[in-house]
Amino acid sequence: MQKFKEVFMHLVFLLAAFVSIAAVALICIFLFANGVPAMKEVGFFKFMTGEVWRPGNDLYGILPFILGSIYVTAGALVIGVPIGLLTAVFLAKFCPAWLYKIIKPFINLMAGIPSVIYGFFGMCVLVPLVRQIFGVNGNTMLTASVLLGMMILPTIISVSETAIRAVPDKYYQGALALGATHERSVFRTVVPAAKSGIMAGIILGVGRAIGETMAVIMVAGNQPRVPEGLLKGVRTMTANIVIEMGYATDLHREMLVATGVVLFVFILIINLLFSILKRKTVA
Amino acid sequence: MTNKTDITKTNNTDKIEGINKRSIKQKLAEYKKKPMSFLMLILVYLSAAITVLSIGFLLVYVLIKGIPSITPELFSWEYNSDNCSMLPALINTVLMTLLSLVIAGPIGIFAAVYLVEYAKKGNRLVGIVRITAETLTGIPSIVYGLFGALFFVTALNLKLSLISGALTLSIMVLPVIMRTTEEALLAVPDSYREGSFGLGAGKLRTVFKIVLPSAVPGILSGVILAVGRIVGETAALIYTAGSVAKVPSNLLSSTRTLSVHMYLLSKEGFHTNQTYATAVILLILVVIINFASDKIAKKLAADSINCNR
Repeated sequence: MQKFKEVFMHLVFLLAAFVSIAAVALICIFLFANGVPAMKEVGFFKFMTGEVWRPGNDLYGILPFILGSIYVTAGALVIGVPIGLLTAVFLAKFCPAWLYKIIKPFINLMAGIPSVIYGFFGMCVLVPLVRQIFGVNGNTMLTASVLLGMMILPTIISVSETAIRAVPDKYYQGALALGATHERSVFRTVVPAAKSGIMAGIILGVGRAIGETMAVIMVAGNQPRVPEGLLKGVRTMTANIVIEMGYATDLHREMLVATGVVLFVFILIINLLFSILKRKTVA
Repeated sequence: MTNKTDITKTNNTDKIEGINKRSIKQKLAEYKKKPMSFLMLILVYLSAAITVLSIGFLLVYVLIKGIPSITPELFSWEYNSDNCSMLPALINTVLMTLLSLVIAGPIGIFAAVYLVEYAKKGNRLVGIVRITAETLTGIPSIVYGLFGALFFVTALNLKLSLISGALTLSIMVLPVIMRTTEEALLAVPDSYREGSFGLGAGKLRTVFKIVLPSAVPGILSGVILAVGRIVGETAALIYTAGSVAKVPSNLLSSTRTLSVHMYLLSKEGFHTNQTYATAVILLILVVIINFASDKIAKKLAADSINCNR
Protein backbone atom coordinates (compact mmCIF):
# COMPACT_ATOMS: atom_id res chain seq x y z
CA MET A 1 0.00 0.00 0.00
CA GLN A 2 2.70 2.41 1.04
CA LYS A 3 4.69 1.49 -2.03
CA PHE A 4 1.68 2.15 -4.22
CA LYS A 5 1.21 5.59 -2.67
CA GLU A 6 4.85 6.47 -3.31
CA VAL A 7 4.69 5.45 -6.96
CA PHE A 8 1.33 7.11 -7.45
CA MET A 9 2.48 10.45 -6.05
CA HIS A 10 5.70 10.23 -8.04
CA LEU A 11 3.53 10.02 -11.13
CA VAL A 12 1.39 12.95 -9.96
CA PHE A 13 4.48 15.11 -9.51
CA LEU A 14 5.76 14.06 -12.92
CA LEU A 15 2.43 14.93 -14.51
CA ALA A 16 2.43 18.35 -12.85
CA ALA A 17 5.88 18.97 -14.33
CA PHE A 18 4.50 18.14 -17.74
CA VAL A 19 1.70 20.71 -17.46
CA SER A 20 3.87 23.67 -18.39
CA ILE A 21 5.23 21.78 -21.43
CA ALA A 22 1.68 20.89 -22.41
CA ALA A 23 0.59 24.50 -21.95
CA VAL A 24 3.28 25.85 -24.28
CA ALA A 25 2.51 23.12 -26.82
CA LEU A 26 -1.23 23.84 -26.68
CA ILE A 27 -0.71 27.58 -27.04
CA CYS A 28 1.50 27.04 -30.10
CA ILE A 29 -0.85 24.50 -31.66
CA PHE A 30 -4.01 26.52 -31.19
CA LEU A 31 -2.55 29.83 -32.29
CA PHE A 32 -0.83 28.40 -35.36
CA ALA A 33 -3.71 26.09 -36.31
CA ASN A 34 -6.14 28.99 -36.27
CA GLY A 35 -3.87 31.66 -37.67
CA VAL A 36 -1.71 30.03 -40.31
CA PRO A 37 -4.49 28.71 -42.63
CA ALA A 38 -6.03 32.18 -42.64
CA MET A 39 -2.66 33.68 -43.50
CA LYS A 40 -2.43 31.28 -46.43
CA GLU A 41 -5.90 32.20 -47.59
CA VAL A 42 -4.99 35.86 -47.82
CA GLY A 43 -1.43 35.19 -48.90
CA PHE A 44 1.40 35.37 -46.39
CA PHE A 45 3.23 38.12 -48.26
CA LYS A 46 0.11 40.18 -48.78
CA PHE A 47 -0.77 39.76 -45.12
CA MET A 48 2.62 40.81 -43.77
CA THR A 49 3.26 43.71 -46.15
CA GLY A 50 -0.26 44.89 -46.96
CA GLU A 51 -0.76 48.48 -45.94
CA VAL A 52 -4.55 48.45 -45.81
CA TRP A 53 -6.61 46.85 -43.08
CA ARG A 54 -10.27 46.98 -44.06
CA PRO A 55 -12.07 43.84 -42.86
CA GLY A 56 -15.31 45.04 -44.48
CA ASN A 57 -13.65 44.75 -47.90
CA ASP A 58 -11.67 41.64 -47.01
CA LEU A 59 -8.41 43.59 -47.06
CA TYR A 60 -6.10 42.33 -44.37
CA GLY A 61 -2.65 43.91 -44.29
CA ILE A 62 -1.03 44.13 -40.88
CA LEU A 63 2.04 46.14 -41.82
CA PRO A 64 0.56 49.25 -40.14
CA PHE A 65 0.27 47.39 -36.84
CA ILE A 66 3.71 45.78 -37.05
CA LEU A 67 5.19 49.21 -37.71
CA GLY A 68 2.99 50.67 -34.98
CA SER A 69 4.28 48.16 -32.43
CA ILE A 70 7.89 48.72 -33.50
CA TYR A 71 7.68 52.51 -33.46
CA VAL A 72 5.92 52.70 -30.12
CA THR A 73 8.39 50.24 -28.59
CA ALA A 74 11.34 52.19 -30.01
CA GLY A 75 9.86 55.39 -28.58
CA ALA A 76 9.46 53.73 -25.20
CA LEU A 77 13.12 52.64 -25.32
CA VAL A 78 14.33 56.13 -26.20
CA ILE A 79 12.64 57.37 -23.04
CA GLY A 80 12.91 54.37 -20.76
CA VAL A 81 16.47 53.15 -21.36
CA PRO A 82 18.52 56.26 -20.48
CA ILE A 83 16.35 57.13 -17.48
CA GLY A 84 16.15 53.52 -16.32
CA LEU A 85 19.85 52.84 -16.71
CA LEU A 86 20.91 56.03 -14.97
CA THR A 87 18.44 55.38 -12.16
CA ALA A 88 19.90 51.89 -11.77
CA VAL A 89 23.38 53.44 -11.56
CA PHE A 90 22.05 55.86 -8.98
CA LEU A 91 20.58 53.07 -6.87
CA ALA A 92 23.70 50.92 -7.05
CA LYS A 93 26.47 53.51 -6.78
CA PHE A 94 25.19 56.93 -5.71
CA CYS A 95 22.32 56.33 -3.35
CA PRO A 96 22.82 56.53 0.44
CA ALA A 97 21.42 53.51 2.28
CA TRP A 98 18.62 55.37 4.02
CA LEU A 99 17.32 56.76 0.72
CA TYR A 100 17.58 53.38 -0.96
CA LYS A 101 15.23 51.91 1.64
CA ILE A 102 12.62 54.50 0.65
CA ILE A 103 13.02 54.47 -3.14
CA LYS A 104 13.35 50.75 -3.79
CA PRO A 105 9.86 49.77 -2.56
CA PHE A 106 8.36 52.45 -4.82
CA ILE A 107 10.14 51.02 -7.83
CA ASN A 108 8.94 47.53 -6.91
CA LEU A 109 5.44 48.93 -6.58
CA MET A 110 5.78 50.55 -10.00
CA ALA A 111 6.23 47.07 -11.48
CA GLY A 112 3.11 45.85 -9.73
CA ILE A 113 0.69 48.61 -10.76
CA PRO A 114 -1.85 47.17 -13.23
CA SER A 115 -1.65 48.43 -16.79
CA VAL A 116 -5.23 49.76 -16.71
CA ILE A 117 -4.18 52.23 -14.04
CA TYR A 118 -1.23 53.37 -16.16
CA GLY A 119 -3.59 53.63 -19.11
CA PHE A 120 -6.12 55.65 -17.20
CA PHE A 121 -3.39 57.91 -15.86
CA GLY A 122 -2.18 58.42 -19.45
CA MET A 123 -5.70 59.16 -20.59
CA CYS A 124 -6.34 61.75 -17.91
CA VAL A 125 -2.89 63.37 -17.64
CA LEU A 126 -0.64 62.69 -20.65
CA VAL A 127 -3.26 62.99 -23.39
CA PRO A 128 -4.48 66.45 -22.32
CA LEU A 129 -0.85 67.49 -21.79
CA VAL A 130 0.17 66.52 -25.34
CA ARG A 131 -2.98 68.16 -26.67
CA GLN A 132 -2.11 71.43 -24.94
CA ILE A 133 1.56 71.50 -25.85
CA PHE A 134 1.32 70.45 -29.49
CA GLY A 135 -2.25 71.45 -30.31
CA VAL A 136 -3.15 68.03 -31.69
CA ASN A 137 -5.69 65.39 -30.74
CA GLY A 138 -3.57 64.03 -27.88
CA ASN A 139 -4.01 60.32 -28.62
CA THR A 140 -0.67 60.00 -30.39
CA MET A 141 2.35 57.80 -30.85
CA LEU A 142 4.27 60.20 -28.61
CA THR A 143 1.79 59.77 -25.74
CA ALA A 144 1.92 55.99 -26.04
CA SER A 145 5.72 56.02 -26.14
CA VAL A 146 6.02 58.20 -23.03
CA LEU A 147 3.55 56.05 -21.11
CA LEU A 148 5.23 52.80 -22.18
CA GLY A 149 8.63 54.30 -21.39
CA MET A 150 7.37 54.86 -17.86
CA MET A 151 5.98 51.34 -17.66
CA ILE A 152 9.22 49.61 -18.66
CA LEU A 153 11.28 51.64 -16.16
CA PRO A 154 10.99 49.17 -13.25
CA THR A 155 11.99 46.22 -15.46
CA ILE A 156 15.07 47.97 -16.81
CA ILE A 157 15.99 49.41 -13.42
CA SER A 158 15.85 46.17 -11.44
CA VAL A 159 17.66 43.99 -13.99
CA SER A 160 20.36 46.63 -14.62
CA GLU A 161 20.81 47.27 -10.91
CA THR A 162 21.38 43.58 -10.26
CA ALA A 163 23.89 43.47 -13.13
CA ILE A 164 25.76 46.53 -11.87
CA ARG A 165 25.90 45.18 -8.31
CA ALA A 166 27.30 41.90 -9.61
CA VAL A 167 30.43 43.62 -10.96
CA PRO A 168 33.34 43.01 -8.56
CA ASP A 169 34.17 46.09 -6.52
CA LYS A 170 37.81 45.80 -7.58
CA TYR A 171 37.01 47.33 -10.97
CA TYR A 172 35.69 50.46 -9.33
CA GLN A 173 38.46 50.66 -6.76
CA GLY A 174 41.12 50.16 -9.41
CA ALA A 175 39.80 53.02 -11.52
CA LEU A 176 39.56 55.21 -8.45
CA ALA A 177 43.14 54.41 -7.49
CA LEU A 178 44.28 55.47 -10.93
CA GLY A 179 42.87 58.90 -10.23
CA ALA A 180 39.52 58.75 -11.99
CA THR A 181 36.59 60.54 -10.43
CA HIS A 182 33.74 58.57 -8.88
CA GLU A 183 31.55 59.13 -11.95
CA ARG A 184 34.28 58.20 -14.41
CA SER A 185 35.06 55.02 -12.50
CA VAL A 186 31.41 54.03 -12.53
CA PHE A 187 30.68 54.84 -16.17
CA ARG A 188 33.98 53.70 -17.68
CA THR A 189 34.59 50.49 -15.72
CA VAL A 190 31.53 49.25 -13.83
CA VAL A 191 28.82 49.96 -16.40
CA PRO A 192 30.73 48.49 -19.36
CA ALA A 193 31.45 45.37 -17.29
CA ALA A 194 27.72 44.99 -16.60
CA LYS A 195 26.91 45.42 -20.30
CA SER A 196 25.34 42.05 -21.03
CA GLY A 197 23.17 42.16 -17.91
CA ILE A 198 21.98 45.62 -18.86
CA MET A 199 21.24 44.42 -22.40
CA ALA A 200 19.17 41.59 -20.91
CA GLY A 201 17.18 44.16 -18.94
CA ILE A 202 16.58 46.24 -22.07
CA ILE A 203 15.42 43.20 -24.01
CA LEU A 204 13.06 42.28 -21.20
CA GLY A 205 11.76 45.85 -21.43
CA VAL A 206 11.25 45.45 -25.18
CA GLY A 207 9.21 42.31 -24.49
CA ARG A 208 7.04 44.15 -22.01
CA ALA A 209 6.55 47.14 -24.29
CA ILE A 210 5.66 45.16 -27.39
CA GLY A 211 3.23 42.96 -25.45
CA GLU A 212 1.56 45.76 -23.54
CA THR A 213 -2.07 46.07 -24.49
CA MET A 214 -4.48 47.94 -22.28
CA ALA A 215 -2.38 51.02 -21.55
CA VAL A 216 -1.58 51.48 -25.24
CA ILE A 217 -5.20 51.16 -26.33
CA MET A 218 -6.23 53.87 -23.92
CA VAL A 219 -3.79 56.50 -25.23
CA ALA A 220 -2.66 55.64 -28.77
CA GLY A 221 -5.67 56.63 -30.88
CA ASN A 222 -5.78 53.25 -32.64
CA GLN A 223 -6.31 54.40 -36.23
CA PRO A 224 -5.73 51.42 -38.54
CA ARG A 225 -3.31 53.04 -40.97
CA VAL A 226 0.42 53.20 -41.52
CA PRO A 227 1.77 55.47 -38.76
CA GLU A 228 2.41 58.94 -40.13
CA GLY A 229 4.32 60.67 -37.41
CA LEU A 230 4.99 61.18 -33.75
CA LEU A 231 1.94 63.36 -33.32
CA LYS A 232 -0.48 61.09 -35.16
CA GLY A 233 -2.48 58.18 -33.84
CA VAL A 234 -1.14 54.67 -34.10
CA ARG A 235 -2.47 51.14 -33.60
CA THR A 236 -0.30 48.29 -32.34
CA MET A 237 -0.74 44.55 -32.96
CA THR A 238 -1.97 44.02 -29.40
CA ALA A 239 -4.50 46.84 -29.71
CA ASN A 240 -5.77 45.46 -33.02
CA ILE A 241 -6.62 42.15 -31.37
CA VAL A 242 -8.46 43.61 -28.39
CA ILE A 243 -10.37 46.24 -30.33
CA GLU A 244 -11.79 43.98 -33.03
CA MET A 245 -12.01 40.61 -31.29
CA GLY A 246 -15.33 41.58 -29.71
CA TYR A 247 -17.29 41.59 -32.97
CA ALA A 248 -15.07 39.76 -35.46
CA THR A 249 -16.34 36.57 -37.11
CA ASP A 250 -15.00 33.96 -39.56
CA LEU A 251 -12.02 35.10 -41.63
CA HIS A 252 -11.80 38.43 -39.81
CA ARG A 253 -11.49 36.60 -36.49
CA GLU A 254 -8.89 34.26 -37.91
CA MET A 255 -6.92 37.24 -39.18
CA LEU A 256 -6.88 38.60 -35.63
CA VAL A 257 -5.50 35.27 -34.43
CA ALA A 258 -2.92 35.56 -37.22
CA THR A 259 -1.99 38.98 -35.80
CA GLY A 260 -1.53 37.20 -32.48
CA VAL A 261 0.72 34.63 -34.18
CA VAL A 262 2.97 37.38 -35.54
CA LEU A 263 3.12 38.97 -32.09
CA PHE A 264 3.87 35.56 -30.55
CA VAL A 265 6.77 34.97 -32.96
CA PHE A 266 8.16 38.43 -32.12
CA ILE A 267 8.00 37.54 -28.41
CA LEU A 268 9.64 34.15 -28.95
CA ILE A 269 12.56 35.82 -30.73
CA ILE A 270 12.89 38.36 -27.91
CA ASN A 271 12.75 35.57 -25.31
CA LEU A 272 15.45 33.66 -27.13
CA LEU A 273 17.71 36.73 -27.21
CA PHE A 274 17.07 37.27 -23.52
CA SER A 275 17.98 33.74 -22.49
CA ILE A 276 21.14 33.80 -24.64
CA LEU A 277 22.23 37.03 -22.97
CA LYS A 278 21.35 35.74 -19.53
CA ARG A 279 23.45 32.64 -20.06
CA LYS A 280 26.31 34.87 -21.17
CA THR A 281 26.01 36.91 -17.96
CA VAL A 282 26.15 33.82 -15.78
CA ALA A 283 29.21 32.49 -17.60
CA MET B 1 34.38 43.76 29.64
CA THR B 2 36.76 41.73 27.55
CA ASN B 3 33.85 40.75 25.41
CA LYS B 4 33.10 44.36 24.56
CA THR B 5 36.60 45.18 23.41
CA ASP B 6 36.51 42.08 21.24
CA ILE B 7 33.48 43.35 19.40
CA THR B 8 34.98 46.75 18.68
CA LYS B 9 38.14 45.10 17.48
CA THR B 10 36.30 42.90 14.97
CA ASN B 11 34.27 45.87 13.82
CA ASN B 12 37.42 47.80 13.07
CA THR B 13 38.89 45.07 10.95
CA ASP B 14 35.59 44.26 9.24
CA LYS B 15 34.93 47.71 7.93
CA ILE B 16 37.61 49.85 6.39
CA GLU B 17 36.78 53.47 6.99
CA GLY B 18 37.76 56.09 4.48
CA ILE B 19 40.26 58.57 5.84
CA ASN B 20 40.43 60.79 2.77
CA LYS B 21 37.21 62.68 3.51
CA ARG B 22 36.88 65.59 1.09
CA SER B 23 35.02 68.80 1.75
CA ILE B 24 32.40 70.08 -0.67
CA LYS B 25 34.78 72.81 -1.75
CA GLN B 26 37.43 70.26 -2.71
CA LYS B 27 34.83 68.25 -4.61
CA LEU B 28 33.70 71.31 -6.54
CA ALA B 29 37.28 72.12 -7.45
CA GLU B 30 37.71 68.59 -8.72
CA TYR B 31 34.55 68.78 -10.79
CA LYS B 32 35.76 72.05 -12.30
CA LYS B 33 38.67 70.12 -13.77
CA LYS B 34 36.41 67.29 -14.92
CA PRO B 35 33.22 68.83 -16.30
CA MET B 36 32.10 65.53 -17.88
CA SER B 37 32.02 63.87 -14.48
CA PHE B 38 29.91 66.70 -13.15
CA LEU B 39 27.52 66.35 -16.10
CA MET B 40 27.15 62.62 -15.45
CA LEU B 41 26.51 63.30 -11.78
CA ILE B 42 23.72 65.71 -12.68
CA LEU B 43 22.23 63.30 -15.22
CA VAL B 44 22.23 60.44 -12.72
CA TYR B 45 20.46 62.50 -10.09
CA LEU B 46 18.06 63.90 -12.68
CA SER B 47 17.07 60.44 -13.91
CA ALA B 48 16.51 59.15 -10.42
CA ALA B 49 14.39 62.22 -9.70
CA ILE B 50 12.33 61.68 -12.87
CA THR B 51 11.70 58.03 -11.96
CA VAL B 52 10.67 58.81 -8.41
CA LEU B 53 8.60 61.84 -9.39
CA SER B 54 6.72 60.01 -12.13
CA ILE B 55 5.66 57.16 -9.86
CA GLY B 56 4.98 59.59 -7.02
CA PHE B 57 2.91 61.83 -9.26
CA LEU B 58 0.86 58.87 -10.53
CA LEU B 59 0.11 57.67 -7.00
CA VAL B 60 -0.71 61.09 -5.60
CA TYR B 61 -2.80 62.08 -8.63
CA VAL B 62 -4.93 58.93 -8.55
CA LEU B 63 -5.37 59.14 -4.77
CA ILE B 64 -6.30 62.84 -4.73
CA LYS B 65 -8.78 62.47 -7.58
CA GLY B 66 -10.16 59.17 -6.40
CA ILE B 67 -10.55 59.28 -2.63
CA PRO B 68 -13.20 62.05 -2.60
CA SER B 69 -15.17 60.08 -5.20
CA ILE B 70 -15.47 56.98 -3.06
CA THR B 71 -19.11 56.86 -2.03
CA PRO B 72 -21.21 54.17 -0.35
CA GLU B 73 -23.12 53.95 -3.64
CA LEU B 74 -20.06 52.42 -5.28
CA PHE B 75 -20.42 49.45 -2.99
CA SER B 76 -24.08 48.70 -3.49
CA TRP B 77 -24.99 45.10 -4.07
CA GLU B 78 -26.34 45.46 -7.62
CA TYR B 79 -24.50 47.13 -10.47
CA ASN B 80 -26.35 49.49 -12.77
CA SER B 81 -25.15 52.23 -15.07
CA ASP B 82 -26.15 54.92 -12.54
CA ASN B 83 -24.28 53.77 -9.47
CA CYS B 84 -21.35 52.03 -11.26
CA SER B 85 -21.05 49.76 -8.25
CA MET B 86 -17.75 47.96 -8.06
CA LEU B 87 -18.82 45.48 -5.40
CA PRO B 88 -19.78 42.68 -7.83
CA ALA B 89 -16.48 43.20 -9.65
CA LEU B 90 -14.62 43.12 -6.34
CA ILE B 91 -16.28 39.84 -5.35
CA ASN B 92 -15.57 38.44 -8.82
CA THR B 93 -11.92 39.38 -8.43
CA VAL B 94 -11.70 37.44 -5.18
CA LEU B 95 -13.46 34.43 -6.72
CA MET B 96 -11.29 34.56 -9.84
CA THR B 97 -8.14 34.77 -7.73
CA LEU B 98 -9.13 31.86 -5.49
CA LEU B 99 -10.15 29.67 -8.40
CA SER B 100 -6.97 30.38 -10.37
CA LEU B 101 -4.85 29.62 -7.30
CA VAL B 102 -6.74 26.40 -6.60
CA ILE B 103 -5.82 25.28 -10.12
CA ALA B 104 -2.31 26.71 -10.52
CA GLY B 105 -1.15 26.32 -6.89
CA PRO B 106 -1.02 22.51 -6.59
CA ILE B 107 0.24 22.07 -10.17
CA GLY B 108 3.00 24.64 -9.73
CA ILE B 109 4.06 23.31 -6.33
CA PHE B 110 3.96 19.65 -7.42
CA ALA B 111 5.93 20.44 -10.57
CA ALA B 112 8.58 22.18 -8.46
CA VAL B 113 8.67 19.17 -6.09
CA TYR B 114 9.33 16.93 -9.07
CA LEU B 115 12.09 19.17 -10.39
CA VAL B 116 13.87 19.52 -7.06
CA GLU B 117 13.15 16.31 -5.14
CA TYR B 118 12.52 13.60 -7.73
CA ALA B 119 14.34 14.43 -10.94
CA LYS B 120 17.79 12.88 -11.09
CA LYS B 121 20.84 14.96 -11.97
CA GLY B 122 21.17 15.49 -15.70
CA ASN B 123 17.50 14.71 -16.30
CA ARG B 124 16.59 16.10 -19.72
CA LEU B 125 13.06 16.89 -18.61
CA VAL B 126 14.22 19.46 -16.05
CA GLY B 127 15.85 21.60 -18.72
CA ILE B 128 12.82 21.41 -20.98
CA VAL B 129 10.43 22.34 -18.17
CA ARG B 130 12.62 25.31 -17.26
CA ILE B 131 12.69 26.54 -20.86
CA THR B 132 8.91 26.23 -21.23
CA ALA B 133 8.39 28.02 -17.92
CA GLU B 134 10.65 30.82 -19.11
CA THR B 135 8.69 31.01 -22.36
CA LEU B 136 5.40 31.18 -20.47
CA THR B 137 6.75 34.04 -18.35
CA GLY B 138 7.52 36.11 -21.43
CA ILE B 139 4.22 35.62 -23.26
CA PRO B 140 2.15 38.82 -23.12
CA SER B 141 -1.28 38.62 -21.53
CA ILE B 142 -3.17 39.34 -24.74
CA VAL B 143 -1.72 36.16 -26.26
CA TYR B 144 -3.01 34.24 -23.23
CA GLY B 145 -6.36 35.91 -23.77
CA LEU B 146 -6.38 34.89 -27.42
CA PHE B 147 -5.41 31.32 -26.54
CA GLY B 148 -8.06 31.17 -23.80
CA ALA B 149 -10.69 32.41 -26.23
CA LEU B 150 -9.70 29.76 -28.79
CA PHE B 151 -9.17 26.84 -26.42
CA PHE B 152 -11.26 27.15 -23.28
CA VAL B 153 -14.08 29.32 -24.61
CA THR B 154 -14.50 27.81 -28.08
CA ALA B 155 -12.82 24.41 -28.31
CA LEU B 156 -13.82 23.17 -24.84
CA ASN B 157 -17.08 25.10 -25.14
CA LEU B 158 -16.87 26.62 -21.67
CA LYS B 159 -18.21 29.93 -23.06
CA LEU B 160 -17.26 33.31 -21.57
CA SER B 161 -17.16 32.25 -17.96
CA LEU B 162 -15.49 32.36 -14.58
CA ILE B 163 -13.87 28.99 -15.22
CA SER B 164 -12.50 29.93 -18.67
CA GLY B 165 -10.94 33.04 -17.18
CA ALA B 166 -9.52 31.15 -14.21
CA LEU B 167 -8.01 28.43 -16.39
CA THR B 168 -6.38 31.03 -18.65
CA LEU B 169 -4.98 32.92 -15.67
CA SER B 170 -3.73 29.75 -14.00
CA ILE B 171 -1.53 28.99 -17.03
CA MET B 172 -0.31 32.57 -16.85
CA VAL B 173 0.71 32.43 -13.17
CA LEU B 174 1.92 28.82 -13.23
CA PRO B 175 5.58 29.72 -13.97
CA VAL B 176 5.61 32.31 -11.17
CA ILE B 177 4.48 29.78 -8.57
CA MET B 178 6.71 27.07 -10.00
CA ARG B 179 9.88 29.14 -9.99
CA THR B 180 9.48 30.59 -6.48
CA THR B 181 8.60 27.17 -5.08
CA GLU B 182 11.63 25.68 -6.78
CA GLU B 183 13.88 28.29 -5.19
CA ALA B 184 12.25 27.76 -1.80
CA LEU B 185 12.75 23.98 -2.01
CA LEU B 186 16.38 24.36 -3.06
CA ALA B 187 16.95 26.56 -0.01
CA VAL B 188 15.88 23.76 2.36
CA PRO B 189 19.13 22.28 3.73
CA ASP B 190 19.87 18.69 2.75
CA SER B 191 20.39 17.78 6.40
CA TYR B 192 16.61 18.05 6.91
CA ARG B 193 16.03 15.40 4.26
CA GLU B 194 18.83 13.18 5.54
CA GLY B 195 17.49 13.44 9.07
CA SER B 196 14.06 12.42 7.93
CA PHE B 197 15.36 9.48 5.90
CA GLY B 198 17.55 8.47 8.79
CA LEU B 199 14.49 8.23 11.04
CA GLY B 200 12.95 5.84 8.55
CA ALA B 201 10.54 8.11 6.72
CA GLY B 202 9.87 7.45 3.06
CA LYS B 203 10.41 9.90 0.24
CA LEU B 204 6.78 11.03 0.12
CA ARG B 205 6.57 11.54 3.87
CA THR B 206 9.80 13.51 3.83
CA VAL B 207 8.48 15.79 1.10
CA PHE B 208 5.14 16.51 2.73
CA LYS B 209 6.15 16.57 6.41
CA ILE B 210 9.63 18.03 6.29
CA VAL B 211 10.58 19.75 3.04
CA LEU B 212 7.34 21.48 2.07
CA PRO B 213 6.54 22.86 5.55
CA SER B 214 9.97 24.45 5.84
CA ALA B 215 9.57 25.98 2.36
CA VAL B 216 6.20 27.55 3.13
CA PRO B 217 7.30 31.22 3.37
CA GLY B 218 9.03 31.06 -0.02
CA ILE B 219 6.05 29.38 -1.64
CA LEU B 220 3.76 31.94 -0.04
CA SER B 221 5.66 34.90 -1.46
CA GLY B 222 5.35 33.32 -4.91
CA VAL B 223 1.63 32.80 -4.46
CA ILE B 224 1.21 36.41 -3.41
CA LEU B 225 3.11 37.53 -6.53
CA ALA B 226 0.67 35.44 -8.54
CA VAL B 227 -2.27 37.09 -6.78
CA GLY B 228 -0.87 40.47 -7.79
CA ARG B 229 -0.75 39.46 -11.44
CA ILE B 230 -4.28 38.05 -11.34
CA VAL B 231 -5.74 41.15 -9.69
CA GLY B 232 -4.12 43.48 -12.22
CA GLU B 233 -4.93 41.43 -15.30
CA THR B 234 -7.24 42.80 -17.98
CA ALA B 235 -6.23 41.75 -21.48
CA ALA B 236 -6.32 38.02 -20.76
CA LEU B 237 -9.80 38.24 -19.24
CA ILE B 238 -11.89 40.37 -21.59
CA TYR B 239 -12.42 37.56 -24.10
CA THR B 240 -12.28 34.65 -21.69
CA ALA B 241 -14.32 35.73 -18.65
CA GLY B 242 -16.46 38.34 -20.37
CA SER B 243 -17.84 41.48 -18.81
CA VAL B 244 -21.07 40.77 -16.94
CA ALA B 245 -21.09 42.88 -13.78
CA LYS B 246 -22.90 40.45 -11.52
CA VAL B 247 -21.86 38.08 -8.79
CA PRO B 248 -21.67 34.77 -10.69
CA SER B 249 -24.24 32.09 -9.87
CA ASN B 250 -21.98 29.23 -10.98
CA LEU B 251 -18.65 28.45 -12.62
CA LEU B 252 -20.07 28.90 -16.10
CA SER B 253 -21.44 32.41 -15.66
CA SER B 254 -19.63 35.34 -17.21
CA THR B 255 -17.91 37.77 -14.83
CA ARG B 256 -15.83 40.92 -14.82
CA THR B 257 -12.98 41.50 -12.39
CA LEU B 258 -12.07 44.88 -10.95
CA SER B 259 -9.44 45.64 -13.60
CA VAL B 260 -11.79 44.77 -16.45
CA HIS B 261 -14.48 46.81 -14.72
CA MET B 262 -12.16 49.79 -14.58
CA TYR B 263 -11.20 49.42 -18.23
CA LEU B 264 -14.83 49.26 -19.34
CA LEU B 265 -15.75 52.26 -17.18
CA SER B 266 -12.94 54.34 -18.61
CA LYS B 267 -13.85 53.27 -22.15
CA GLU B 268 -17.44 54.40 -21.68
CA GLY B 269 -16.03 57.71 -20.53
CA PHE B 270 -19.16 58.92 -18.73
CA HIS B 271 -18.12 58.16 -15.18
CA THR B 272 -14.68 59.63 -14.70
CA ASN B 273 -15.05 60.11 -10.94
CA GLN B 274 -16.23 56.57 -10.38
CA THR B 275 -13.31 55.34 -12.48
CA TYR B 276 -10.88 57.24 -10.26
CA ALA B 277 -12.50 55.69 -7.20
CA THR B 278 -12.16 52.22 -8.74
CA ALA B 279 -8.53 52.98 -9.51
CA VAL B 280 -7.94 53.86 -5.85
CA ILE B 281 -9.40 50.58 -4.62
CA LEU B 282 -7.38 48.63 -7.20
CA LEU B 283 -4.25 50.54 -6.23
CA ILE B 284 -4.79 49.86 -2.53
CA LEU B 285 -5.18 46.15 -3.26
CA VAL B 286 -1.95 46.12 -5.25
CA VAL B 287 -0.05 48.05 -2.57
CA ILE B 288 -1.21 45.61 0.12
CA ILE B 289 -0.25 42.61 -2.02
CA ASN B 290 3.15 44.12 -2.82
CA PHE B 291 3.81 44.97 0.80
CA ALA B 292 2.87 41.48 1.97
CA SER B 293 5.12 39.76 -0.56
CA ASP B 294 8.00 42.10 0.29
CA LYS B 295 7.55 41.49 4.01
CA ILE B 296 7.55 37.71 3.62
CA ALA B 297 10.59 37.79 1.34
CA LYS B 298 12.48 39.92 3.89
CA LYS B 299 11.52 37.63 6.75
CA LEU B 300 12.69 34.71 4.66
CA ALA B 301 16.06 36.34 4.03
CA ALA B 302 16.49 37.07 7.75
CA ASP B 303 15.54 33.50 8.69
CA SER B 304 17.99 31.96 6.27
CA ILE B 305 20.81 34.09 7.70
CA ASN B 306 19.89 32.88 11.18
CA CYS B 307 19.90 29.30 9.94
CA ASN B 308 23.35 29.62 8.46
CA ARG B 309 24.75 30.92 11.72
